[in-house]
Amino acid sequence: MSKMHVKMTVNGKPVEGLAEPRTLLIHFLREDLNLTGPHIGCDTSHCGACTVDLDGKSVKSCTVFVAQANGAEVTTIEGIANPDGTLHALQEAFREHHGLQCGFCTPGMITRAHRLLQENPNPTEAEIRMGISGNLCRCTGYQNIVKSITAAAEQLASMKEAAE
Amino acid sequence: MATRTFGEPVQRNIDDRLLTGQGHYIDDIDLPSVAHAAFLRSPFARAKITSIDVSAARAHPGVLGVFTCDNIGHIDQDLPLLIPHPCLVGPRTQRPLARGDVYYVGQTVAMVVAVDRYTAEDAVRLIEVDYDPLPVSVELEDAAADGANLVHEDVAGNVAAHFVQNSGDAAAAFARADHVTKITVRVERSTAAPMEGRAVCARWDRITEQLMVWDSTQAPISVRGGLASLFDIDEDRVRVVAPDVGGGFGQKVLFFYPEEVLVPMAAIQLDRPVKWIEDRTENFIGSTQERTQVHTIELAATKDGEVLGLRDFFLHDTGSFIPYGIAIAQVASTSIAGPYRIPNIEVEFKAIYTPTVPVTPYRGCGRPQACFAIERAMDKLAEELGLDRFEVRRRNFIAPDQFPWKREGLLFADGLAVCYDSGEYDTALSKAAEAIGLDRLDEMKADARARGKYLGLGLGFYVEGTGLGPYEGGHVRIHPITGKIYVNTGLSTQGQGHDTVFAQIAADQLGVDPSDVIVVEGDTGAFDWGVATFASRAAVVSGNAIHKAASKAREMVIEAAANMLEAAPGDIELAEGKARISGSDRAVTLAEVATATNPLRYAFNKAAQSATQFAPASKHDGPPLADGKAPGIEVTDYYSPPYSTWAYGCHAALVEVDPALCTVDIRQYVCVHDCGNMINPMIVEGQVIGGMAQGLGGALYEKVQYDQDGNPRNAGFMDFLMPYATEMPKVDIVHMETPSPLNPLGIKGVGEAGTIAVPATIISGIEDALKPLGAGHFHEAPVFPHMIFEKLGGADQAKAS
Ligand code: FES
Ligand code: FES
Repeated sequence: MSKMHVKMTVNGKPVEGLAEPRTLLIHFLREDLNLTGPHIGCDTSHCGACTVDLDGKSVKSCTVFVAQANGAEVTTIEGIANPDGTLHALQEAFREHHGLQCGFCTPGMITRAHRLLQENPNPTEAEIRMGISGNLCRCTGYQNIVKSITAAAEQLASMKEAAE
Repeated sequence: MATRTFGEPVQRNIDDRLLTGQGHYIDDIDLPSVAHAAFLRSPFARAKITSIDVSAARAHPGVLGVFTCDNIGHIDQDLPLLIPHPCLVGPRTQRPLARGDVYYVGQTVAMVVAVDRYTAEDAVRLIEVDYDPLPVSVELEDAAADGANLVHEDVAGNVAAHFVQNSGDAAAAFARADHVTKITVRVERSTAAPMEGRAVCARWDRITEQLMVWDSTQAPISVRGGLASLFDIDEDRVRVVAPDVGGGFGQKVLFFYPEEVLVPMAAIQLDRPVKWIEDRTENFIGSTQERTQVHTIELAATKDGEVLGLRDFFLHDTGSFIPYGIAIAQVASTSIAGPYRIPNIEVEFKAIYTPTVPVTPYRGCGRPQACFAIERAMDKLAEELGLDRFEVRRRNFIAPDQFPWKREGLLFADGLAVCYDSGEYDTALSKAAEAIGLDRLDEMKADARARGKYLGLGLGFYVEGTGLGPYEGGHVRIHPITGKIYVNTGLSTQGQGHDTVFAQIAADQLGVDPSDVIVVEGDTGAFDWGVATFASRAAVVSGNAIHKAASKAREMVIEAAANMLEAAPGDIELAEGKARISGSDRAVTLAEVATATNPLRYAFNKAAQSATQFAPASKHDGPPLADGKAPGIEVTDYYSPPYSTWAYGCHAALVEVDPALCTVDIRQYVCVHDCGNMINPMIVEGQVIGGMAQGLGGALYEKVQYDQDGNPRNAGFMDFLMPYATEMPKVDIVHMETPSPLNPLGIKGVGEAGTIAVPATIISGIEDALKPLGAGHFHEAPVFPHMIFEKLGGADQAKAS
């Protein structure tokens, strides 16, 4: 199969590569860029383990061709931590509130929550549950994930307040 | 005194890695020139294979090997029967690749190995197989009926096993009872569906003749032993590692799955690393499932509701093969009397072959079915005798002073007696009643009615035999340079947080912070005695083994430090990574102790240099290493439980049904549970709530469906509905801690606790809610909206309104 040339910005860095037209974004990220944080849990867009941020929207990268991401800005879990390398408030909160067990859903869950808190910085519990309802977790029963996201929202709000 | 971390919500050591995308699940392992496997699977539930043509696949560019049963050498044999039992009348296990016959949709027929997965999948499509389909009986009751189509031609009646156990004299109890309650309950098939499917990657090193296998398994040691014997390689030259594993829930405890032997075989034959990552469809059709059972349970009671006897007969669906023996059915049949005294019990089951993917334990392993049967029967008994549901339970609970409570004659899945070790059942029930607000129930029902809804109280009590033997080991070593503690055990983790609780156990003995304990498990290169992770046993069995090893290490440290500091052992205390003379600042670090106990002369580092300023760590004459002593601080010890320790708990829920939409809304959910002493309540809660989400699936959403030809109808997340955050209610947890008298730490297992009672709880709540509408009894799990619709009168009712 002939290959095409793709270019994009991933976690703030310009990247490029050759890919078959049928190559999925998740495979390009994992196999070509060695960004193995996003996972594959279903390849049918139901589990959200592959969630990444594409031009400011959460997408399931198992259901996006790499060609569709040509020229886009992509953020994966590897790009969520603070620029100085410390954990992002969401990552901290997931640790503190035991928002992860096996960790397989976690990169997708955090990447989704990261976008959710930009869409809605002060979500209610119901809004959080709805906001992550494209992401399956088979380990935690979600309660601690919801707690983690709530705590991170509070933390981010107080950081913002402090900065203002 | 050192701070004890036992009982504290210590944060997990592994999280930073997993939170930043730095985990290493098998698909993340990047080996140079790794090839990828893909499988051709049977599209028929039962068929004869008349021909297989792989020539086009072989010729496909990029294909490195195509395998059928004809070119896999001696591994073309039945895979092992893991747990033999005398009651197995026709034990059958599958072959790695089908030979002549296929027995379920999804069975592996051929394997292609190619340069990448895309190419391997392309080539799979080029394989031509001719099948002669055979007639099938798919539903459990149909497969068990006279004249059913047989799964295995030579296994009459599809009966894989038939077993009867008795405790006391049930016939006599029924003869003298005032009242007999009899119900039939049915629990449907579900699947563990871990977010990471199964995965295997293998590399054969021609120079060292070592086989390295990464396997997303719950049983690396067993896989290692099995592979070594299958490939006739010395055990020491096979290393199996379960790296980060994305959930297991029982599905990954079976070995061998076909792929687990075929991938290593291909790596050896092709002399190239090979990887296979299960996709979600494969997980639904090629990985084991569990739960279908139909129980007919009878309770013989006095008019006051004391249950004198219990009879239970059930059919257990074992799928097309029975590699795990009767474990699930045996657990179900021995858990059937729940928390109740019931001194006379007769349990009988038949395990039946059906032409579906094989059945092995899934979180709960027979217990959810047993709990559903007994709890629904207790509710029916209460109703028939006009007693309160809480009261009828109270009258039958084993009282705290009646432990140990032995059910003479019943053997649990470990082959040992069923003997409950401790519990406060009545207290648990009262706490559940209080937490759910039982005294306000009528008010809440009225409130629901005012909104056009019906509210009911769900109630379910469970017991869980946990911490099965035979044994696990713990290895504890103090690193002489860093002073950090290295802990190994043989079983593996799938995200439960073992590493943290094991670290806490060792840290408490040695006076260090848990973050200074490095736990390595699931790697046969690090420790290779042990069994596996299943049956809520890791904390109990490995935890106590590590505790024993760490306490011996503690004694060694104290003795050495006393010598070094020229003090009495009784005056030494361990804290903050040091051994110090109590009440003074005279101390040696653990690194210094570990160095000084090793009579090596090189001083590589500061600990080694500073160790020399103290007196010798050992007082003895003769050669530097005393006779019978080993260098350093290093201990291995084992724990073998006398029998299982029984955890328990009580769930209660307020369940609201919308009679128009036939939907169910869980307004409140309370879980009172007791798993003995808790090492880490944060991790315990995580286990309980996570288990409940799977229980919720079994109560309202999850059923693996087959059509009459045996085709799975919902083999994907589109149609098999697992709870998302929007389905899962918030859960209130109430902890109780009745120590187990059976092990030094006083702990019981908790891995399956959350799952067991949820279907019984929610479904009894639905029944209670719909009582005013005369909807009758709900004796099936899960309950779907269409079932509520039918109970409410179905289409007729809808038309009338
Ligand atoms: S892998 Fe993309 S949604 Fe599941
Ligand atoms: S933590 Fe395991 S799937 Fe979410």
